[in-house]
Amino acid sequence: MSRVKAIGIDVGSTTAKIVAVDENGEMIWRYIEPTDPRIEDQVDRFLEKLKEELSISDEELKKIPIVATGYGRKLVHQAKKKLTEITCHAKGVYKSLGHGGTLVDIGGQDSKVIVISNDGKVVDFTMNDKCAAGTGRFLENTAMRMKVPLDKMGELALSAPEEVKISSVCTVFAESEIISMIAHGVAVEPILKGLHRGLISRIVAMIRSVGLTPPLMLSGGVVKNPAVRKMLEEATGQKVILPEYPQFMGAYGAALIALESTKSEN
Amino acid sequence: MKLIDTIKYRLTVDVAGRAFLRYERFLNARRLKNARFKSENLAPPLRISAWTKELISLHYFRGRYVEGHQPVAYVTSGGPVEILKALGYYVIYPENHAALAGARHAQMELIQSAEEFGFSQDICSYVRTDLGTALTGKTPVGKLPKPDLLLACTNICQTVLHWYRVLQKIFNVPLVVIDTPFVYTEAPPHAVEYVKKQLENELIPVAERVAGRTLKEKKFKEVVKYSKDATELWLEILNMGRHIPTPISIFDQFIHMAPIVEMRGDKVTVDFYYAMLKEVKERVKKGIGSVKNEKKRVLWDNLPVWYKLSRLAAELADRGVSMPISTYTYAWGELAPLIDIERGMESMARVYLYPILNRGTGHKLEVMRQMVKDFKLDGVILHSDRSCKPYSIGQVPQRNKLMEEFGIPALLLEADHNDERAFSEEQVASRIASFLEMMEVA
Repeated sequence: MSRVKAIGIDVGSTTAKIVAVDENGEMIWRYIEPTDPRIEDQVDRFLEKLKEELSISDEELKKIPIVATGYGRKLVHQAKKKLTEITCHAKGVYKSLGHGGTLVDIGGQDSKVIVISNDGKVVDFTMNDKCAAGTGRFLENTAMRMKVPLDKMGELALSAPEEVKISSVCTVFAESEIISMIAHGVAVEPILKGLHRGLISRIVAMIRSVGLTPPLMLSGGVVKNPAVRKMLEEATGQKVILPEYPQFMGAYGAALIALESTKSEN
Repeated sequence: MKLIDTIKYRLTVDVAGRAFLRYERFLNARRLKNARFKSENLAPPLRISAWTKELISLHYFRGRYVEGHQPVAYVTSGGPVEILKALGYYVIYPENHAALAGARHAQMELIQSAEEFGFSQDICSYVRTDLGTALTGKTPVGKLPKPDLLLACTNICQTVLHWYRVLQKIFNVPLVVIDTPFVYTEAPPHAVEYVKKQLENELIPVAERVAGRTLKEKKFKEVVKYSKDATELWLEILNMGRHIPTPISIFDQFIHMAPIVEMRGDKVTVDFYYAMLKEVKERVKKGIGSVKNEKKRVLWDNLPVWYKLSRLAAELADRGVSMPISTYTYAWGELAPLIDIERGMESMARVYLYPILNRGTGHKLEVMRQMVKDFKLDGVILHSDRSCKPYSIGQVPQRNKLMEEFGIPALLLEADHNDERAFSEEQVASRIASFLEMMEVA
């Protein structure tokens, strides 16, 4: 018998993740890839990989409940339930850290602030408004434009002794603003720092709109960027707590909900 | 007014038009027996819908032939229309016309036309829709008559002032502006006096001159009485939503509110709402809910998203969520007790000072608080309407207060009442889905 009792799949706008949990809800396997436009094929591949690496037969896999989340959740036909990222992130983070608080999740195309109660329920949430300001895409776009590797961006920003003000929060307009700064001979580091400041100010405004219930927790792909973490701490005066696998919280939460559904059925 | 136009109007509207529309209503009523909305979980459309359609069609059909027969006025939704009705005006509400265009998905072309003329995308989408029609003559109702008089009352927003000044330039006709001071708690006597004087000294003389008639007190009182009766009936219909399950939803209200807005002061409007109340009461008696297996009841704040009405209704119904009441539809009922037929102009002045949008954000919060209690609501959706700033201001603290006081979830939804480009499909869907999951109905 396989140890895998439930599976969660999070098809985000930038990356797709899969998590498998055991009967205690411990994360025993996870995998991440950039999101493929052919989501159905990608999910099939994910499940093949899971079967192979954990030696699970087709028969066994059929019995394991799957819950899907993320923008592409509707295309995960294997899922018995499809839930939003809000519910799944809250679930995953609550289990990982063992407490409620305010969770900031900065993903590729949206960012969200979720207030989680002491018993793990979503009390309130807000998401970025219609544009990509305040999301990972904002940083990604400019990193590309400035030819800075995405994983070096945060460090470079933090190394800047000063910063310039980027006034546009629009991803596209910020890019033109940056181009003009470069043309005026402004160095890369201060621009990067200003860019991060812009992103953080959007996030802080979202936190304020729902009210900060400590502790402050952070998840999502952008967590890998040290400048985001540090500047968020500076802006809120709160220490930021990270779960062990911040990018997998949506998929993990989905797997936990799938696991609960088997328990309630039994 | 010209005799030839009157003869033409009598023949096309009163003889042919009315008969045809009555026949169409009869056909529609038969069709309605088996009609369904987009979702099986929504109660079938109200039988009264056939009459609503007849009223709206007749209203705009009259508009095609009314020029030369009756004086025409364009009025803001919060305008003191009773005076104009008593003087025999045919009245167009550009806001209503814009909403109708939105519900029929005909608004974007008009909006874009207005933008081509140089009107900014940041201006209210009703204004852009209406100016699109005024500038190009295009409308989903066939033809709108040209106004002889423009009446803007600032009790709903300050935008109307600038909107109607543009209309004045386009049509070159008199514009009367009724300025209504903001009411924070109670309107002081001088504010009532100020508005009353504007009605008496500004509106009536100009409206009389344009119409070529004098205002008769008897006629005015009759119109005010019809206005009061219809408003009271509308309020009573809305209050039926306190029943569990609610017999009507805001989606029904949005469809059937057109007469209370644009036909206030007509006798037929009173008859219409009397019949509607009867049907809604029948639903209560039979236990028919607007949504099958109603599990949760949610409040709607602000204008509807006209071009997404039916989809939103179906989506919520499929999860057993009903929306019994909205601050918006209530706005046309809640002032009923203020209408005092015997106190004439003073009562009019008071009524037109007190709309929800002419009062503080604290008042709106209080209205919503009362609704959560009276209508036994489990959640709140606040539409943050890009086009209606006066309605949307204060929604963040209002939302937070309601959540805190009642421990219910509340969602701020960003959209726009008429401009589809300010509506982000996927993002709205994910917010609503998350909100429903929070209420544990997903």
